[in-house]
Amino acid sequence: MDRSVDWREYVITRAIKTSGYSAILFVGLIFLFLLKEGLPALAKVPISNLLSTRWYPIEDFFGILPLLTGSLIVTLGAGLIAIPLGLGSAIFIAEIAPRWLREILKPLVELLGGLPSVVLGFLGILVLSPNLRILLDLPTGLTALAGSLLLGAIAIPTIVSIAEDALDSVPQSYREGALAVGATRWQTIWRVTLPAARSGVLTAVMLGIGRALGETMAVMMVTGNAPVMATRWNSLFMPARTMTATIAAEMGEVANASTHYSVLFFIGLVLFLISLAVNVTASSVIFRQKKRAERILS
Amino acid sequence: MKTNLRINQNLSQKLGFSFLSLVMVVTVLPILAVIVYIFLQGSPAISWEFLGGFPRDGMRQGGILPAIVGTFYLTLGTAIFSVPLGIAAAIYLAEYAPENKVTRLIRIAIINLAGIPSVVYGLFGLGLFVFFLNFGTSLLAASLTLSIMTLPVIISAAEEALRAVPQAFRTVSISLGGTRWQTIRRIVLPQALPGIITGVILGLERAAGETAPILFTGAAFFLPRLPNSPFDATMALPYHLFVISTQVPEMPFQIQYGTALVLLTFVLGMNIIATVIRSRARARRQW
Repeated sequence: MDRSVDWREYVITRAIKTSGYSAILFVGLIFLFLLKEGLPALAKVPISNLLSTRWYPIEDFFGILPLLTGSLIVTLGAGLIAIPLGLGSAIFIAEIAPRWLREILKPLVELLGGLPSVVLGFLGILVLSPNLRILLDLPTGLTALAGSLLLGAIAIPTIVSIAEDALDSVPQSYREGALAVGATRWQTIWRVTLPAARSGVLTAVMLGIGRALGETMAVMMVTGNAPVMATRWNSLFMPARTMTATIAAEMGEVANASTHYSVLFFIGLVLFLISLAVNVTASSVIFRQKKRAERILS
Repeated sequence: MKTNLRINQNLSQKLGFSFLSLVMVVTVLPILAVIVYIFLQGSPAISWEFLGGFPRDGMRQGGILPAIVGTFYLTLGTAIFSVPLGIAAAIYLAEYAPENKVTRLIRIAIINLAGIPSVVYGLFGLGLFVFFLNFGTSLLAASLTLSIMTLPVIISAAEEALRAVPQAFRTVSISLGGTRWQTIRRIVLPQALPGIITGVILGLERAAGETAPILFTGAAFFLPRLPNSPFDATMALPYHLFVISTQVPEMPFQIQYGTALVLLTFVLGMNIIATVIRSRARARRQW
């Protein structure tokens, strides 16, 4: 072997190893920049103002509670839609559908994951919310509920693909054992396969909810953008404003390094920390179960 | 007694299966309805003037060429940064990385990158690329932001494709005197290529359809020309759809649906190409 090959091999290997660490670098950089731009908010705005219930930046009211509750109620609604539909579909695809049907259904659900959220938001404005208004007799169809419906649709593909993977990785012998002692396929699904896959199913639900919580465009377009406290159940039928939508709607209009700018970055920091918590918990479940981490991404 | 129980069980199984089929239909039907509806509503708008012309009259007439070209440039820019980095990172994880704490940390970081809300990427891009590195609101800043968002998708898909190549291929190559890199380049990468390409396209598809990360890093509300340097801001299809459906009063529906249709075609086209490559590679695979 001549020296030039040695030298090239060394350079390439180094480059590959460096790239390998890039994910850590980027997560670190994102955290760093959110801290750098967002932490000054704590110095500029008193905590009592930040934790108040009024968001009205023009008059320096920076209460993030309405945004937090807005995100919560919209995400809760999305969960109520996406968890049963997503898990039901995952069970159907993994356990019930014949092979040919599975080959059609899986790409179809993936397709839903690929639909740009702005397209869903667009249809939300033109089709969904006018119908909601008439159907439920509301003053406006642009409500938290409309946001929940769209976010539910956005969370479903995440839930289906991870849960389906989890069900799929339950060894065939478990099912054969249950069937051999006389259980029906239905009983096998509920008593054997689902319990065996429960950690993966839990991961699916968590990441689906995380996806819904972080969604921006669709939710900004259909929730009516009113930063009011969502405290009661019927808040679902009123306009709301999420954390993500607030950043997207207002960042374009603020002066660099103004108080408003810092507070928006601070909200971004809160979102980042929530998603970190969700994903670290989800990945610890995965690693405990020795599942392959990359499965949850594809 | 026994037969009764059996009948009951069979009945509940039948009910259960029907219920789950119904759930499946409720999940899938809206997807098809959305696609068909946009095709029906949008296709009357499609003309050469619409695809190849510039917007006129406050975007209420004319075409959407700058947005189409902008989305093409953004996707290309994203690919330039994220594809080499993502594949290199995947090679590291699949071929070099030892199973230790650092590698576990890398995997957790990848999962986290995938989970960070897209608007937070927008903030990060604004802080790092637009202000700190002083790229301004530009194609470059937006592409870099999108490529970091795309990275976890590419890494995980490429790693899975690399790991699917049987170990025996590597063993044979090494035993014939190939170095580690030669083995990867000549043996492993070509075998894993269809899987990698599929992952790359699916990642870029997501980037092409995203709005939130480019809102403050490179998207222009209205630009009557095409961007001619990486430091220009650019129009983009998803952002344009957002603008004309929320910010412009009395916007003709036809142009809105037409724009949605073009965006959907762009994104679904990539999705279908990826699916076809994957299934053809699966059918041809000899191991």
